[in-house]
Amino acid sequence: MKLVTAVIKPHKWEDTRAALEAVGVTGMTVSEVSGYGRQKGHTEVYRGAEYDIALVPKIRIEIVVDDGDSAAVVEAICKAAQTGKIGDGKVWVASVDSVVRVRTGDRDEAAI
Amino acid sequence: MSPLTTAAASALDTGDTAWLLAASALVLLMAPGLALFYGGMVRSKSVLNMIMMSFGTLAAVAVLWAVVGYSLAFGDDLGLGLLGDPTQYFGLGQLLAEDSNGDSTVPLILFAMFQGLFCVITGALVSGAIADRARFGAWIVFVSVWTLVVYAPIAHWIFDFSSGDHVGGWMANDLGVIDFAGGTAVEICSGASGLALALVLGRRIGFGKDPMRPHNLTLVMLGAGLLWFGWFGFNAGSALGANHTAAVVFTTTLLAGAAGSAGWLLVERLRDGHATSLGAASGLVSGLVAITPSCGSLSPMGSLAMGVAAGIICALAVGLKYRFGYDDSLDVVGVHLVGGLVGTLGIGLIATAAAPTGVDGLFYGGGLDQLGRQALGAGAVLLYAFVVSGIIGLVVDRLMGFRIDEEHEINGIDLVVHAETAYDLHATAGSRSGSTGLLQATRETNREEGVR
Repeated sequence: MKLVTAVIKPHKWEDTRAALEAVGVTGMTVSEVSGYGRQKGHTEVYRGAEYDIALVPKIRIEIVVDDGDSAAVVEAICKAAQTGKIGDGKVWVASVDSVVRVRTGDRDEAAI
Repeated sequence: MSPLTTAAASALDTGDTAWLLAASALVLLMAPGLALFYGGMVRSKSVLNMIMMSFGTLAAVAVLWAVVGYSLAFGDDLGLGLLGDPTQYFGLGQLLAEDSNGDSTVPLILFAMFQGLFCVITGALVSGAIADRARFGAWIVFVSVWTLVVYAPIAHWIFDFSSGDHVGGWMANDLGVIDFAGGTAVEICSGASGLALALVLGRRIGFGKDPMRPHNLTLVMLGAGLLWFGWFGFNAGSALGANHTAAVVFTTTLLAGAAGSAGWLLVERLRDGHATSLGAASGLVSGLVAITPSCGSLSPMGSLAMGVAAGIICALAVGLKYRFGYDDSLDVVGVHLVGGLVGTLGIGLIATAAAPTGVDGLFYGGGLDQLGRQALGAGAVLLYAFVVSGIIGLVVDRLMGFRIDEEHEINGIDLVVHAETAYDLHATAGSRSGSTGLLQATRETNREEGVR
């Protein structure tokens, strides 16, 4: 099993969710996060004064999938969330040792 | 006593009294209005402290005003027009009997309350300059001393008119400054006092680097609306009667607020590309500040010019703190000091003799005479309020410490000083496991440092 984590631009969240449903993803965990990468934040003007803002708001999506599905999921996210401009975010995949469904006690693949 | 003999013994007018009762309540509403206006502008970790500085001022100043403040401001002059006799109305018991009103059309005890609420709002205005970082106790001590040593004398100078045997203050009677509702005593005084305190306390951690954006602009807008509503009591109530002057003042107050908002938004749109809600609120307050001294002296079109000038000038003036490096957190200087100067000096330029105060400014053929008087009055109040507030601030800082610790400032003053947090929005809020742990951490730090 794999844990796919994606950090994307907030306005691409709806498109990304639709793309994930289209490849058969049935559930995910989503959080509002902030951070920065190579674009190093941005500048903001407030009351006529300019400020460097390090953190940019992002959406983080976490999905646990079968080993065979992870490539398709990553591709769906990349396709949906891409604008081609700086700050589009990242997707990474990590191995998962075990999964349990709390309600039934189902384990691993059966719990996904 | 029959009603007839009551009427003969008293000059009280029911209409005037009814309006002043209502106007006084409107001025009171400005204090919670300001609390929301300021509270929304600070970060979420210090909103309660910001609100408490206004409410605490209300509690402290109203008490002191009744005991001796009113007498210092409106008692018979002790000499040179500088201060009223503190014993004359000590405790206000002298105003209990109806025959104490003399030939006034409104009860003097009501006038005392009306004026006391002016002192409340002026004191509360000062607190905006020291957001996020002042110890509450030190603030209350400061504003209490300030009421008696800064505000009461200035109110005597500008608001206490001589009549009959009563001798008032030097600016109202000898210098002939026109200040209908407090451009000097309220606006310039609060701005200059705020500047002095901002210098005494120093800058917030992160000033100039972090934008420190307002945490809740809906509160700011609500507060600005309440301030505007209350300002009708403040300005039109200063006519001290339900009469034509009050109606003219009501008009100029409405127009200047609207024009101030428009002026500020115009600057923002041209300079920054966006018309912000904070700009709309700040602009209307700027217009209202400038019309406060001049509300009885301008034509309706004059009040539009005054409002838009104040909106534009104040929008530019709030940038001064970055250039000079003083952390006037919520722009008390940029809005109240600068707006107060615009309004007070503007009388010398665009006053018209057709308005209730009956004086022509420079542009209406009145020459430089009135402008000179206005400048002298504004300068005297600015200098006195700045110097004396600075001295009180330094003494308070020396004796009890005015500023909270660095760690507490970063964690948030609400938790440290008031043991409360304004917004507990998590699903687990209020449960044992829902605590953020900050309060506990703060208490532990306090214990280590021996702070109560």
